[in-house]
Amino acid sequence: MRYVLKKTGVLVVTLLLISLLAFLAFQIVPGDPTTKLLGNDYTPERAAALRHAMGLDRNVLVRYWDWLTGFVTGDMGDSYSYGMSVEKVMEGKGAVTAGLSLMAWLLVIAISIPLGITLARWQGGRLDRVFVAMNQVFMAIPPFFLGMLFTYVFGLVLKLFVPGGFVSWRESFWGFLGYLIFPALAIAIPKAAMVTKLLRSNILNEMDRDYVRTAYSRGNSRWGVIRGHVLRNAILPVVTFVAMTLADIVAGSIIVEQVFALPGLGRLLIASIGNRDYPVVQCIVVIIAFIVVFMNYLADVITQTIDPRIRLG
Amino acid sequence: MKLRHNKNFTAGAVITAFMLAVILVGMVWTPYDPNAMNGAAKMAGPSLSHPLGTDNFGRDIFSRVVEGAGATALIAGATVAIGLAAGLVIGGLTGYYGGWLDEIVMRLNDAVAAFPSILLALVLIALFGQGKYNIIIALGVLFVPSFARIVRTEVARQKSLDYVRSARLMGAGDMRVLFRHILPNIVPVLLPSVAIGFNNAVLAEASMSYLGVGVQPPDASLGRMLNEAQGYLLSAPWYALSTGAAIILLVLGFGLLSEGMGGGYGAG
Repeated sequence: MRYVLKKTGVLVVTLLLISLLAFLAFQIVPGDPTTKLLGNDYTPERAAALRHAMGLDRNVLVRYWDWLTGFVTGDMGDSYSYGMSVEKVMEGKGAVTAGLSLMAWLLVIAISIPLGITLARWQGGRLDRVFVAMNQVFMAIPPFFLGMLFTYVFGLVLKLFVPGGFVSWRESFWGFLGYLIFPALAIAIPKAAMVTKLLRSNILNEMDRDYVRTAYSRGNSRWGVIRGHVLRNAILPVVTFVAMTLADIVAGSIIVEQVFALPGLGRLLIASIGNRDYPVVQCIVVIIAFIVVFMNYLADVITQTIDPRIRLG
Repeated sequence: MKLRHNKNFTAGAVITAFMLAVILVGMVWTPYDPNAMNGAAKMAGPSLSHPLGTDNFGRDIFSRVVEGAGATALIAGATVAIGLAAGLVIGGLTGYYGGWLDEIVMRLNDAVAAFPSILLALVLIALFGQGKYNIIIALGVLFVPSFARIVRTEVARQKSLDYVRSARLMGAGDMRVLFRHILPNIVPVLLPSVAIGFNNAVLAEASMSYLGVGVQPPDASLGRMLNEAQGYLLSAPWYALSTGAAIILLVLGFGLLSEGMGGGYGAG
């Protein structure tokens, strides 16, 4: 319990630090938002008036606090280029990114855990040899290129889905999930290759331990030893690793959204970077960072709950 | 250091040597000028005169893949060099001296390492602006923490070993002990991480250029070319396929090398 409390304290401090850094980073950018907002109507007097109206002439820490309280209560300021509030611009886009990331993450688990156990169970078998030979290739494929391969093979040649034919989950829930399955696979497969390899080699390493010999000597089969004794020791680092991969998966979805023309936070982020729409960029970055840090926190807490021997940091 | 001479290492060495040879030759000679347009041969399929076909401007794709692989490898190499150099100094000093500076630097490292690197790179690009050199700086900065951490752990472990004590007894100063005695001994630990770091940099550069915030046209880079190739997936699939294959070969070679040297994934 003390461990969880301590971790929670660190989490809060980290989140505050991230939001502060993100806020400050976009304050030091060269160029003044008023120049862009006023456009051809720019005069120094108007700019000064607008700066005052926007509150830009106040102390930076005061503005940070205003922004943070607004952010937490859902009032995220105004976009420079869309002429509406940031939360309006982001509406519905978070669901796409969250749905895609979650689906990819579940696919990683659904593929790698059974596969890793099966490979270790029949080590040196045909499937195992194919995997060992191919694994590095799978790990080397960039998710966005895999996405393009899927678009070509499943979308254009086999016509299993229409590239660019995304439907919102409000219109058709199953259509939404159906369109997300290929992008999710593109993100999941390279990660699943890593997790499978980690689980397989963890199990095989554990198989050399003394307690395994004891378990064999009591008449257990190989499968019985793996299931009853080895798995719970071998899977711990995998749990941590799987939780940590969510960060990479969210990052991967930023790019893969672009490949499949998914209207998610990633596309908005890239577009806003191009438009220099800093309020939007700032909010998306902080949101994604919060999710990632929170998942790492969960990973630590879960690992500790499963195995109380571990005291991280 | 003793290399495990296994299949992984050999295969990795062969692939990497092949890619490096192609890139090096490409720096002095390519079959066509990578940026020369040819209106008469747009979107030509693979043939004897254009082994990988031509793109929408009639540019020879093989020449562009060679040039693009060179650009990508160069950016990745520069990125790793920045990360490694800064990581060696920071990790070396904090690992050797420890103390409160060590605490602060490592906590900062934790915060940076918890972030998806692409996201941070995008933030830095949003701040600095787009372009080839900004990509190198942005990615280089991002790679410092992971190298610093590896170096720090190793230095902290080695500094109490006998050979360091004898060096100090013989009158070597801190800097000499650190950079002349300890540093050569942590190279075996560092090499696999360098290979993995190079791969992460290749993938990061490809992703950024694919998103349009990295290398700008008309310059070729593998990510940039994939971005252009996507529009012609149906009419010219060989464009995307050959470019993607180049990325995979580059990453695969170093991945196998690192594996052969006994490095895991997740490091670097």
